[in-house]
Amino acid sequence: MDFAFNEEQLMIQEAAAGFLGKASDSAAVRTAMESPQGYDAQVWQQIGQELYWPALMIPEQYGGVGMGFVEQAILLEQMGRHLLCAPFLSSACLATPALLLGGNEPLRETWLPELAAGTMTATLAFRQARSGWLAPHQPSARAYAQGWRLDGEYDAVLDGASADLLILAAAHEDGRLGLFAVPADQAGIERSALPTLDQTRRLARIRLTNVTVAPAQSLTLDQDAAALLEQTLQIGAIALACEQTGAAQRCLDLTLSYIGERQQFNRPIASFQAIKHRCADLMLHIENSRSAAYYAACIAQQVLAPDGDAQLKAELIEAAPIAKSEASEAFMLCAADSIQLHGGVGFTWEYDPHLYFKRARASEQLLGTPAWHRERLAAHILESRP
Amino acid sequence: MKIGFSAEDEAFRQQVADWLQTHLCGEFEPLRFRGGPGDEHMFPEERKAWERELAKGGWIGIGWPTECGGRGLSISQQVIFHEEYARAGGPGRMGHIGEGLIGPTLVALGSEEQRQRFLPGILEGREFWCQGYSEPSAGSDLAGVKTRAQLENGEWIINGQKVWTSLAHESQWCFVLARTEQGSVGHKGLTFLLVPMEQPGIAVQPIQQLTGTSEFNEVFFSDARTAANNIIGAPGDGWKVAMTLLGFERGVSTLGQQMQFRNELEEVIRAAQDNGADRDPLIRQRLAQAWAGLKVLRYNSLRMLSGTQDGSLRGEAMIYKLAWSNWHRDLGKLAMDVLGPQAELLEGAPYQLSRLQSLFLFTRSDTIYGGSNEIQRNIIAERALGMPREPRAR
Repeated sequence: MDFAFNEEQLMIQEAAAGFLGKASDSAAVRTAMESPQGYDAQVWQQIGQELYWPALMIPEQYGGVGMGFVEQAILLEQMGRHLLCAPFLSSACLATPALLLGGNEPLRETWLPELAAGTMTATLAFRQARSGWLAPHQPSARAYAQGWRLDGEYDAVLDGASADLLILAAAHEDGRLGLFAVPADQAGIERSALPTLDQTRRLARIRLTNVTVAPAQSLTLDQDAAALLEQTLQIGAIALACEQTGAAQRCLDLTLSYIGERQQFNRPIASFQAIKHRCADLMLHIENSRSAAYYAACIAQQVLAPDGDAQLKAELIEAAPIAKSEASEAFMLCAADSIQLHGGVGFTWEYDPHLYFKRARASEQLLGTPAWHRERLAAHILESRP
Repeated sequence: MKIGFSAEDEAFRQQVADWLQTHLCGEFEPLRFRGGPGDEHMFPEERKAWERELAKGGWIGIGWPTECGGRGLSISQQVIFHEEYARAGGPGRMGHIGEGLIGPTLVALGSEEQRQRFLPGILEGREFWCQGYSEPSAGSDLAGVKTRAQLENGEWIINGQKVWTSLAHESQWCFVLARTEQGSVGHKGLTFLLVPMEQPGIAVQPIQQLTGTSEFNEVFFSDARTAANNIIGAPGDGWKVAMTLLGFERGVSTLGQQMQFRNELEEVIRAAQDNGADRDPLIRQRLAQAWAGLKVLRYNSLRMLSGTQDGSLRGEAMIYKLAWSNWHRDLGKLAMDVLGPQAELLEGAPYQLSRLQSLFLFTRSDTIYGGSNEIQRNIIAERALGMPREPRAR
């Protein structure tokens, strides 16, 4: 047990902070979020081909770097801090884990090297429930001689318009769930980018009309994919919690820097106890969020490792909801207070707090709200004690 | 960064569990799950006997260095000991102030002679300690202590009053922060004294708390005495020593505290399952929140205990008191809301509280003692976030 970063991990953290401090400063974020694609293709190319971030936790046999989810978590915290606009969460934290955890080796061999290099991106498409993960009705997968035909619609898919590969969730006629890897340009797929409240992260509607998929495209080789999807979403939620933690920290840092300079009543407003105590509470929430996110990242690492510890793997069911609910609330609170403590300028487009506030709201919703995760946790706790 | 324990650690866990199973029984059986916060006044003699039993098993001072009589166990193994201790329902420790606070302070700052005099008493479960910091006019502003001590004929003569002293009537020794330099103010001119409790110059007066019970006391010093060499550090170093001691409050014993919290939370969950409150969506939210909050306290502690142990308090350590006291207070309120109308009915007259009622009431002290939440927020703002200090009144 050593719940601290080692030297190599600290170097990764420092390098990520250094790169993003320039490549994703306020001006860069604003340019990216107003661009048609939603991110800077050149920065993404650097991330893939110079920094190897999408490759980080992909095993070497698929062209990856072969590190773990803890290293990924370090990157995510820095990405959140700098509000990076990029398809990392969708491609490296949802689609990649789905491929890694699914049982289809040829699919891994086909797609992972491309995803590792960043020359392609992927996303996971499923119909979202109002407050949780899966809506009761997913698009349908009807069997035919050569596989299945998919029909239906996904209302809001993360980076759905820009991804090259789609991992599609669909329900078989017998109620089992399927997950299929489908190139985005396949016939019958219609994608439309949606304008979003949080402009730093893109959503798209995807409509499927008679999209044919072969058995070889099934991530689970025709087995029920419900458990795989569940695990993937838990890992995605943990990744998001790491990102939210970094973003929450940045909200406090921006605020501290502003209130240290802003003078009223001949004092910096940071010297007023009403403000100090509020900032202390923000730090409390951020540290809680960080501890929960790091712990969950260690659990995710075990889940993704072929030889992961069984006892630690079993903690996924509580580590994910704890991290996602703590981090969502910490980020929302820090972003909201960041606007309040900036005073009037916090309400302007020019200052950054609104960018974080909007990201906070979108992230709180994405992959399960705090209340939804807590209900799942409650069910787990109570059902394990008959 | 890694979590989880090695095979060697797991073997140690089994050893701890086996020892507890074969020793926390018989005459000690009634002590299981007793003597925790809000229950500290119960079974004092039996719990002292339990301390001696622990000592015989070599379970006191497990993290102390071997040259000081400890076992020098790794952080992982200390974590495991605390986990197993609480899992087995190990009683609230009578010796925690000695083992957790003054012992480590003596190891860090005491003289060789002092270590030889005082550490064995702690390690053998023979000598118990209490803490003489707060005074009626020095609470949050601890540097305002007025208790005086002066050297006369090779002895310190102590006059004044301390307050909120837990276990004062059960202790042989008290560490006292006193003003030794006449006319000094603030944290200058203070000295850290070790004072025997069993002497005519000391009177202990229990304080009746809002729980109806008395775990805290007032301690009056009227020409109380201690030997000239019973001070840690030099005269005038008292503040520095006092603050070093407080640093140990955030050590591995936090994990033991959390395991007691875990036992309390389990009781609240059982109560909810018994009366059907576990079907109320709002109660379910709060149970999950309590569960998550306790896990996060544990993760915070694991972060505090890992990595560089250079004594500097990082962020997760600075927030710790505020985090646990709020969590515990919320648990007390949740317990009442789970019980509903039943929460009103006492176990007996005149004012016999159930454990959950006691939890509800006692946790009101958690956010006050050991640095109130308001003081904690000042500390976080000023030391962790670097915000400007409060302007001082003159």
